[in-house]
Order: sequence, then structure tokens, then C-alpha cells
Amino acid sequence: MRQAVDVLIVGGGHAGAQCAITLRQGGFAGSIAIVGRENEPPYERPPLSKEYFAREKAFDRLYIRPQAFWAEKDIALILGTEVVSVDAQAHTALLSGGRTMGYGQMVWAAGGDPRQLSCQGADLAGVYGVRTRADCDALMGEIDGGARRIAVVGGGYIGLEAAAVLTKLGCHVTLLEAAPRVLARVSGTEISTFYEAQHRAHGVDLRTDVGVAALIGEGRVTGVELTDGEVITVDAVIVGIGIAPAVAPLTAAGAAGVNGVNVDEFCRTSLPDIFAVGDCAAFSCAFAGGKLMRVESVQNANEQANCVAKAILGEMKPFHATPWFWSNQYDLKLQTVGISSDYDQAVLRGDLAARSFSVVYLKANRVIALDCVNTVKDYVQGRKLVEAGATPDIGALADPARSLKEFNL
Amino acid sequence: MTNIHVIGLDGAEKIISSKDGATLMEALRDNGFDEVLALCSGCCSCATCHVYIEAGPSTLLQCMSDDENDLLDSSDHRQPNSRLSCQVSLTDDLDSIRVRLAPAD
Repeated sequence: MRQAVDVLIVGGGHAGAQCAITLRQGGFAGSIAIVGRENEPPYERPPLSKEYFAREKAFDRLYIRPQAFWAEKDIALILGTEVVSVDAQAHTALLSGGRTMGYGQMVWAAGGDPRQLSCQGADLAGVYGVRTRADCDALMGEIDGGARRIAVVGGGYIGLEAAAVLTKLGCHVTLLEAAPRVLARVSGTEISTFYEAQHRAHGVDLRTDVGVAALIGEGRVTGVELTDGEVITVDAVIVGIGIAPAVAPLTAAGAAGVNGVNVDEFCRTSLPDIFAVGDCAAFSCAFAGGKLMRVESVQNANEQANCVAKAILGEMKPFHATPWFWSNQYDLKLQTVGISSDYDQAVLRGDLAARSFSVVYLKANRVIALDCVNTVKDYVQGRKLVEAGATPDIGALADPARSLKEFNL
Repeated sequence: MTNIHVIGLDGAEKIISSKDGATLMEALRDNGFDEVLALCSGCCSCATCHVYIEAGPSTLLQCMSDDENDLLDSSDHRQPNSRLSCQVSLTDDLDSIRVRLAPAD
């Protein structure tokens, strides 16, 4: 028997959940189903590498809505299930388990899979990503079982946040970054240098410019062989080297896109009646000079989901949301606004030693982004500069005594 | 259990109850106030769980951190009785407080 729903949401993360919530909030009366790969109802992912991992927050506080919500709102949760193929012309999706589901409109919100190492030993036991509750619980189980020597591969946000928590838990962490500096993809050198020093001061053995040649072990990882020949003894390995967008069924169905699937200003893919949102959707980002890119953040996932829900409700409004992001490590609150990747000038405000400062990124004299460390005020006021494309005097901008408000002309 | 009077964006008032130890943001989220986005999952990094304290102990408006204060400044709808609901832990002494949701920015 074939079933059909009006809106089929693929992916039960932030984007998928928010899309369903906004549809019902907006009075959508049609049927909605969310197909989610995990067995959990939608939950918040950022705490997985922070408060949940540190055991400061129990998992039941992470649910995006209470269990009863989904049934009350008549949103069907089809969990532990994936969409394995899509027939865009017939408007059907084949689910793992063999069931075929028809849809009126599809919202692809499947996110991504943690990239895995390609070296020898990458599939040994004791090697973990940090993407799902299952990943995190398994890792916490290792620590409860006595694992103390942990190698973290990748100096991005996930790797650094995990290193911070593990260090606090008393583990000995070796962090390995293949690039010359951590956070190279998302931040300027000032931020990278600062975070490297902070992690080292907390006892992390942080190494840059070094690759992983192989993971060593009989069935289970016991060592990491580096490209310089050194072997580090470990009890477990965390791999945080980014995600691969989970879009294979859509691409196979003909959706355009090389890195994720491409979407237009309403988050529509090149396939009829199929939207894509969140980590897997590549769009022309106005905050990066129109560059086609994916943005991996909760904020982006939520706002694209709202854009699609409104489009389905008949309120077509192009997606245009200021990107922002946060990362908590130790007692450092990093807040980012805008996209810094194409900057040609970085201006430091404040004192690195005081552990409270911000970096303002400019391109052709215009403010395009800020990284703010323990300076919420700069984050709040700097956001307005990014949105306005302000062109402040550089000398004045570098003076932390001057409020960023002044430059918003 | 703590009872809270909540005035939604539509002006309707509802009484909700929450278990001790939860934050006001979690209580709102779990009781059908879908307008509360709470995007940073309650770690005081955004301002998308903004509420007004309409009635409650005066301490409720005095115990704000600098970070929360600065974040509230980002809202065009800030008032003297503004708080970020994720920063309010529900304890016995807050029983029967009255809060109003702030409009989204």
C-alpha cells in the first residue's frame, strides 16, 4: 500500500523540526511527516560537544519539543529511517525498509555525515565522530570505562570544543590539525593563535601542520601514527574534520549541486517541489559576496526552515539572514557574526592577554564579519556594522575604548 | 512545581507549570509557546528567548549578567523589565510570576 503526505521532511534535526513547527504555527492543515535517521525525536545538537558531553545538562533537556508535541500537532515522526531514493517526477520517496511514500512537497533537511579519515585503520573500534547522541554516548562510555588518552583529529569548532570538555574531565588530549593553524577555515590568524595558546595552557598537546598517516590497533585503536612518523598511544580517537552533506539520493534524482545541493533564494532545489535547507543546502550568500556556499549552523538551519515553511504557506520571501554562530570552550565565549572568509584586513580590538577582545574583518574597507571573544557588546554592536556594510576609520576601530555603535553611520 | 502566568504575543494569558530546575525558556518551549525560538539552546549567546517580567520578585530584574544585558541591547523591543528567559532558573520563590513574550526582532 502506498502512503502519501502533503509535506515530507527528510531529516529530523534542527532544520526539519523547525520547518514542521513553523508550518503548524502558520496554520498549515495538510499532513506532515518527518523521516529521521536517528531513533530520537528532534533534539539540539550544539550541546553534544559542550554541556551534554560535559554532563552539565541531561539529555531530556535537549529535546526541541516534548515527546507529546509531535502527536498533538499531527506531525508524524518516522524515526530510524532514511530516504534512499527519490523520484521527483512521480513525487515519491523510497524509504529504508522498502516502503514508498508519496509527497506533495519535499523539504530535504538531512544535514551531513561526519567525514571519516581515509587512512589505514580508520574503521577500527574506538574511533568516533561527534554528530549524534549515539556518538556522544559511546564516547562517554569509553571515558567511564577508563579511556584517558584521547586524540582529537581536526582543529575546527567540534574538535576544539571536545578537547576543552575532555581536558576538564581529566583526559590527556592530543589535538592534531593538518593545516598550519586551527580554525583556519572560519577565522583569522589572531583567533587561531589565541585558541591554540588557550588549549595548550589547559594542557592540550596541540599540534598543527601534522597529518594522520594511520590508525593502529588490532580491532581496536591503540595508536595514531602521524605523517612525521611519531606514534601516539591512545585509548580512543575523535574525528572532527567536517561533514559531507547527506544528499546522495537527491543528487541521484537529478538535483544540481557539487557540494551539497544548490538552492535558489527561496531554498528551492532544481527539482520540482523539492526544497533543501540547513547544512546540506548551497546557496548564494549575500554575506559572502554572493558566493555559492553551505553554512553549517543552527541559526542558518532554523532560518532557512522558516523561509521554506512560509513559502509552503504561500508567503514567498527570499532568504536573507545575517549568519551568526557561537562556540564555548573553557570560560571563553566566542561569538561570530557575518562570513569572514574573504577578508583583506583584520583589526584587533582589545587585549588578548585580558581574554576579552574582538577581531573585525573587512573587505575593501567594509566590515564583513566579527569574531568576539568574551565581548558580547562588540558582537551585538558589530552585527549592525556587518548588516550596514559600514566603512569605519581603521585607527578608530582598533581603539577598544570606542564603542562600535559610533561607526554605524 | 512552579506556576507561571504567560501572556503570549496574541495577548492571551495562560498558566503553565514547570518542574523545578528547568529554565523559564524550557518551560515556555515545553508548553506550546512556539514563538520562543531560543536558537542558542539556552547558553546566553543570542537574544531569541526575550521576555518581559510583568510581575515577580524584584530580584528577578537585578540578577542579570553583563552578557545578558549586552545581548538584550540587540533587541529593538528592550524594556526595563526585559530578561532572556534561558537565564531565569525556576525556583520556588518564582511561583506565580507573570511574564509576557517580547516580539521577535
